[in-house]
Amino acid sequence: MEFGPHFFLASLEGAVNAAVLALMAVGLSIVFGIMRVVNVAHGEFFMLGAVIAWWISSLVGGHPAIGFVLALLAAPLIVGAIAVAADHFVLRRINYDPERTIVATIGLLYVIQQTTLMTFGPEARPVEAPFNTRLALPWFEKTADGFSMYWPWGLSTTSYKLAVIAAAVVILIALWLFMTRTKIGLIMRATQLDREMALTHGIPVDRVYAMVFGLGAGIAALAAVLIVPIQQAHYLMGGDPLLLSFIVVIIGGLGSIPGTIIAALLIGMSDGIISVFFSPTVAKIIATLLVAFVLIFRPQGLLGKRIA
Amino acid sequence: MKDQLRTSLFHLLIIGLMAGLYFTLPEYHSGVLARAMVLAVYAMGYNLLFGYTGLLSLGHALFFATGMYGLGLAMQHLDVGASTGIVFGLIAALVISTVIGFLALRTTGVAFMIVTLMFAQAGYLIILWMGEYTRGDEGFAIQASERVLAGIDLSQPDNRYFAALVLFGISLLLIGWVVRSGFGKTLVAIRENEERARMLGYNVHRHKWVAVIISGVLSGAAGAAYALLFGYVGATFATVQYSIFPLLYVLLGGAGTTLGPLVGTVFMYYLIDLSSQVTSAYLLIAGVALILLTLFAPQGIIGELRKRVFPWLP
Amino acid sequence: MADKKNSPVNVNRRTALKTLAAGAGGVAASGLLPGLGGYSQVHSAEPIKIGFQVHRTGIGAAYGRWYDRTTQACVEKINAAGGINGRMIEIVAEDDGTDPKRGAEVVEKFASQHNCDVSFGTLFSHVVYGSAPRAGELKMPYFVVSEGHHVASGALNRYTLQPGITDVKSQVEAMAPFISENLGKKVTMIFPDFAFGHDHRDYFSAAFEARGGTILEKIAIPPTETSFTKYFPKIPRDTEVIYHVMVGPAVLTFVKEMGEFFGPSKPEIFGFIDSLEAVDIASPGLEFLDGTYFWEGNPRYAQEEQSEFDTAYREAVGVDENGASVSDAKDVSTYAHMFGCWETLHIIKRGMEAADYKGPADRTKLIEAVEAMSDMPHSFEHPQGAKLFNGKTHQTFGHQYISKVTDGKLVLAHTTSIEDTLYEDEVDYTAQSF
Repeated sequence: MEFGPHFFLASLEGAVNAAVLALMAVGLSIVFGIMRVVNVAHGEFFMLGAVIAWWISSLVGGHPAIGFVLALLAAPLIVGAIAVAADHFVLRRINYDPERTIVATIGLLYVIQQTTLMTFGPEARPVEAPFNTRLALPWFEKTADGFSMYWPWGLSTTSYKLAVIAAAVVILIALWLFMTRTKIGLIMRATQLDREMALTHGIPVDRVYAMVFGLGAGIAALAAVLIVPIQQAHYLMGGDPLLLSFIVVIIGGLGSIPGTIIAALLIGMSDGIISVFFSPTVAKIIATLLVAFVLIFRPQGLLGKRIA
Repeated sequence: MKDQLRTSLFHLLIIGLMAGLYFTLPEYHSGVLARAMVLAVYAMGYNLLFGYTGLLSLGHALFFATGMYGLGLAMQHLDVGASTGIVFGLIAALVISTVIGFLALRTTGVAFMIVTLMFAQAGYLIILWMGEYTRGDEGFAIQASERVLAGIDLSQPDNRYFAALVLFGISLLLIGWVVRSGFGKTLVAIRENEERARMLGYNVHRHKWVAVIISGVLSGAAGAAYALLFGYVGATFATVQYSIFPLLYVLLGGAGTTLGPLVGTVFMYYLIDLSSQVTSAYLLIAGVALILLTLFAPQGIIGELRKRVFPWLP
Repeated sequence: MADKKNSPVNVNRRTALKTLAAGAGGVAASGLLPGLGGYSQVHSAEPIKIGFQVHRTGIGAAYGRWYDRTTQACVEKINAAGGINGRMIEIVAEDDGTDPKRGAEVVEKFASQHNCDVSFGTLFSHVVYGSAPRAGELKMPYFVVSEGHHVASGALNRYTLQPGITDVKSQVEAMAPFISENLGKKVTMIFPDFAFGHDHRDYFSAAFEARGGTILEKIAIPPTETSFTKYFPKIPRDTEVIYHVMVGPAVLTFVKEMGEFFGPSKPEIFGFIDSLEAVDIASPGLEFLDGTYFWEGNPRYAQEEQSEFDTAYREAVGVDENGASVSDAKDVSTYAHMFGCWETLHIIKRGMEAADYKGPADRTKLIEAVEAMSDMPHSFEHPQGAKLFNGKTHQTFGHQYISKVTDGKLVLAHTTSIEDTLYEDEVDYTAQSF
């Protein structure tokens, strides 16, 4: 494939990646920003979302869209509820101590992963997309008589992939409205700024934390439901998205949601675009080192404030 | 000074105890202990940085793998013996930890976690990419006939156990000495309050750098020893999972204690080994145990012992 | 599914319960106490203990599940027919987590805690590499079912054998004639960027170029990749044949995205079934595969001229005519690989009978007996087909199958001869001392 169409295709693929990554990372970022804890089990909440989507869509017969829409509604709620329970029974009891939270959520990761293995099994299971039409895409080239349009071999995407990008944008805007325009969102942000102050103003911090943890997990589950018709549900699928979204949160600047989204775009897109220029594994190596060097020269992240 | 002496004597006692265990334990368990001692050295290296200096790295598998591949590739492709292989492994770990330390220490906290994680991930991918020499994920075996150090056949169980014990003993005494020295106390001061340490006139950056290097070389030594004693070099050891293991070992055993790494390593091994007999989802039990530990023994096993029973534990 | 009630596999749990009960004082401490993990003699005639290293967790779990089912079914058959030398087989299964470190530990456990006679069953190559050195040191015969080239390449040791499944080098080389004669001369290869993929790359391109073909491009996909479309533009436009092989949980995404990429104008496609092992060919998005070809270790769909041996084997393991579990049509088997467990267990039986195996002291006699084998005819013991075992390289050779996707099913199109799969010896393990 020539450079132009290749680059375009890689960017499109990168955009789908970035969309899902942004959702997943925003979930982690909210938890990180407000509760100041690293939730290592975040990837497992993502995985649970995908598995529940498979489960619902295989229970519900008929057109694939029915099961998919049900999953879109139910999976985040179920996963959010599990997260609230985890917060209540574990995290609250260890006082959100940063180190202990890491160990406890690693424990949680194993528990969720293995329970899934025992019930759902080790196979990768597909969920049918509600709609999935292959869309061939045109490209332009400069010929003797100016620009002309043609259809390069292989340049295409699917309607579902475009819908994922659109859905992610809608969800992110809704989330932004929720955080800035609603009372609950305001309370959450107040807790983020100053926990002690929030307590003295009678904000039930414990309940806010539980809600935040549930919200973060629910968003991850939502991201998974969106991606599962493209990829498949598998009990080990949470590992990579966890790492990536973790990176995105740090690169974006701790607790900064705009920063997180920008970083998700950068990292999601760069993964696709670097692969245009290098052989696949080398592209991964370069992308990885790039993240390291961004942080070495800007340790506070892109939009983070420098602390001392 | 008295402090130093007491710590060293205590550690010698532990080393003697470990030697004695070889003669009392059945074969399977002494084999387990040999492996646990090697991995404990890895965890001890990690502990110096995490437990004493307060730097949480998520990329120590890189140092472990550097030692492992330094030795393994030299023995496989340069046709050198085990002792030269060890030198290769240690030098490789020294170089890599010096460079990574220099770069990563420009950051702190979570950024340090990510930078180390990224370097380790790049290291893992490089191992796969250089598959022609490393055989990628599959790795390669080092034949028993080559695993001979100064005439001692390390593929024999008794030799292997005592080789592991020598490495473990040296590392334990070294760590015991380091943490009781002025250098080690400065590391703790940095962990507790970096600003204050800097104001007191310590060169914080250099202390941290040296800590990364010692930590990296110990991890590399463990990696080289693993390859030499168990005959396998593979990319799995460079994955994120193997960066998280020493963190778990240290947290379980007790961060900032000299014996915590060994106790954590052994505890984790038997936790998985025993629960795998009950259920195939043994990690479920491991997960529950981790959660219970954080709820009820947040300082780790040795840490809790020190807090509640033996305040003198190093 | 095979009847589980009679299966002699409960020992694991029993021992574990005993260990737990005795070690009630502290889980960690109990394991350190000598003897607790050991065995009591329950049976009057001591069973033959086969340590089964199984991928229950980790990336190999989908394969491990079917390796387990095949193994259980096979042991049940052998025991029902009187066992080995009048002794029952007892499978001691331990999960290796598809991890080489744990794999080595499991082999140690078989040798010195469970007192197994032999160990068996590993699939993933890196676990084989991690475990084989320990098996050699513990003088424990180690029968792998991995299809890696590790055994035949000479990298392992005299205690490691692969008599029940062919290796990747012979499989790949045997594909070159079919592709160059039937599909095209210009090939683009897509494979995972690790050792297994590199074996495909190196052995296939050499064999294919020797037949006058050209490899236009070699696209190595990094492991853990979950989206693939971005790599497909690297396929040159004049490609006549795509050669693909992929492993891991993302295989279905890979094949699906390949179809979406090509749309209506696809070249010939030849894949290794690994790309869709344990995956339903009728999954949504795979319709484009109709008319493409797959290598199969053993045809997943019951063929028209199915042998009576395959019928019997299929029934014993509990696989229906579409290659899925008889109890769940969605649960697709790893049919192209798992026969290796069945055949290997029968070879262990034959070897033990030939060596008049009495106990661990006879382990070297067992290995010599297996090394002495060569022809293995198509039979109930070898339902995949006839085999030719090379005692020097510890590797078996056999027929390879090429199937064409027709109406959503894999229909056998070509069977290679065993001669097509042979290559020169790279090692003589019999020259090594025990």
